[in-house]
Amino acid sequence: MTFATFLEIMLAAVVLGLGIWTIVARDTYAAAVGFIVYGLLVALIWVRLDAVDVALTEAAIGGGLGGVLLLGAAARLRATEVMAAAEAPGKGVCLGAAALSAAVAVAIASAVLQLPEPAPTLAPAAVANASATGLANPVTNVLMAFRAMDTMLEKVVLLLAIVGVWSLASDRAWGGRPGPRHRSDPRGILAFLARLLPPVGIVVGIYVFWTGANHPGGAFQGGAILAAMWLLVIMAGLADTPPVSNRLLRLVLIGGPGLFLLVGLGGIHFGPAFLGYPPTFAKPLILGIEVAMVLTIAATLGLLLAGAPERSTEP
Amino acid sequence: MSGVTVFGLCAAAAVGLGLYGLITNPQPLRKVIAFNLLGSGVFLLFGIVGRRGAAAGFGNDPVPQALVITGVVVAFSATALTIALLLRLFQTSGSTSLRGGEPTRAGPDPSGG
Repeated sequence: MTFATFLEIMLAAVVLGLGIWTIVARDTYAAAVGFIVYGLLVALIWVRLDAVDVALTEAAIGGGLGGVLLLGAAARLRATEVMAAAEAPGKGVCLGAAALSAAVAVAIASAVLQLPEPAPTLAPAAVANASATGLANPVTNVLMAFRAMDTMLEKVVLLLAIVGVWSLASDRAWGGRPGPRHRSDPRGILAFLARLLPPVGIVVGIYVFWTGANHPGGAFQGGAILAAMWLLVIMAGLADTPPVSNRLLRLVLIGGPGLFLLVGLGGIHFGPAFLGYPPTFAKPLILGIEVAMVLTIAATLGLLLAGAPERSTEP
Repeated sequence: MSGVTVFGLCAAAAVGLGLYGLITNPQPLRKVIAFNLLGSGVFLLFGIVGRRGAAAGFGNDPVPQALVITGVVVAFSATALTIALLLRLFQTSGSTSLRGGEPTRAGPDPSGG
């Protein structure tokens, strides 16, 4: 057993331990903290699997933004903890669930051990067609060209989620500002960080997005970093969440999927098919869509975290 | 046993753990966390399959990677929507119990919703 394999086994063991912790911990807040650490370590597994694009996404969205979401909800739902404990299922249900889960896990594990050799792969096909887009990052190629339909529909899912969250507002707060108004000591450490980090974070976010054409990175990862910077400023109380009835905000939200759809429809007319880019303009078109998308993703992720409107715009 | 297999078994265990938590945890927020654990196991399985399909100079097949990136974002938006639903349920009824039938604290919605 090499040292690398030993490290991998250790990493897998720690990840599993954290997974167990998130399930058995008594306190929901503790489980949420466990899940954040779990997400960050899973990002390390993705690095070991040579999937740096996924690692960045997992760390930024799975561990980072998802963690903030879970912690916030755990803090606000603390009062329900006692009530939930009284509803714990009986021994029989637990045993049945354990048997079912173990059976599923064993079935998947045996499937993992019996995966076909040699493994099927689409990597050569992705390389062979890379010249069609002019981008060097194969993952961005798949996301933006070869399986562009998935990415476009995913943007629509994000929009639907936002519509769903916003429609949970009470009548009084309809169209108002999401989440509570955060206040913090203007001379405190949070306000200090919220002034110090965003300039750096915005540059890093744009870099991660821009370099995604040729290296690991892309619109999702960059957008998540931008969203984090925005949320930091909001949580430090330096800015307020915008009212959801804001026209400009809504324009940014539909900009990404809208442009994607327009270019896709243009593909029917000028290119080979729906979402088929004319080869000579493929790279500028993809970069244009990505610019609109990174803004949409940053705004959507930030607003999803901010939650349903809770305050009306009129004071 | 290679690293890929180790992570594959880890992913299988994560799916099992998530499923167990989803069924047995009475607190809805815990069910959301458990479901995310299950999802993360499924994503890791994609990573294993992609890693085994390393070819043409890539350490991991780009197609499953792209699918997972899409999946992570969709999972996040579904989680956000679920949590917003939970918070609203708590706001209007004072409880997040999933038990049907029992009348929870019936009263006018304090927020006027």
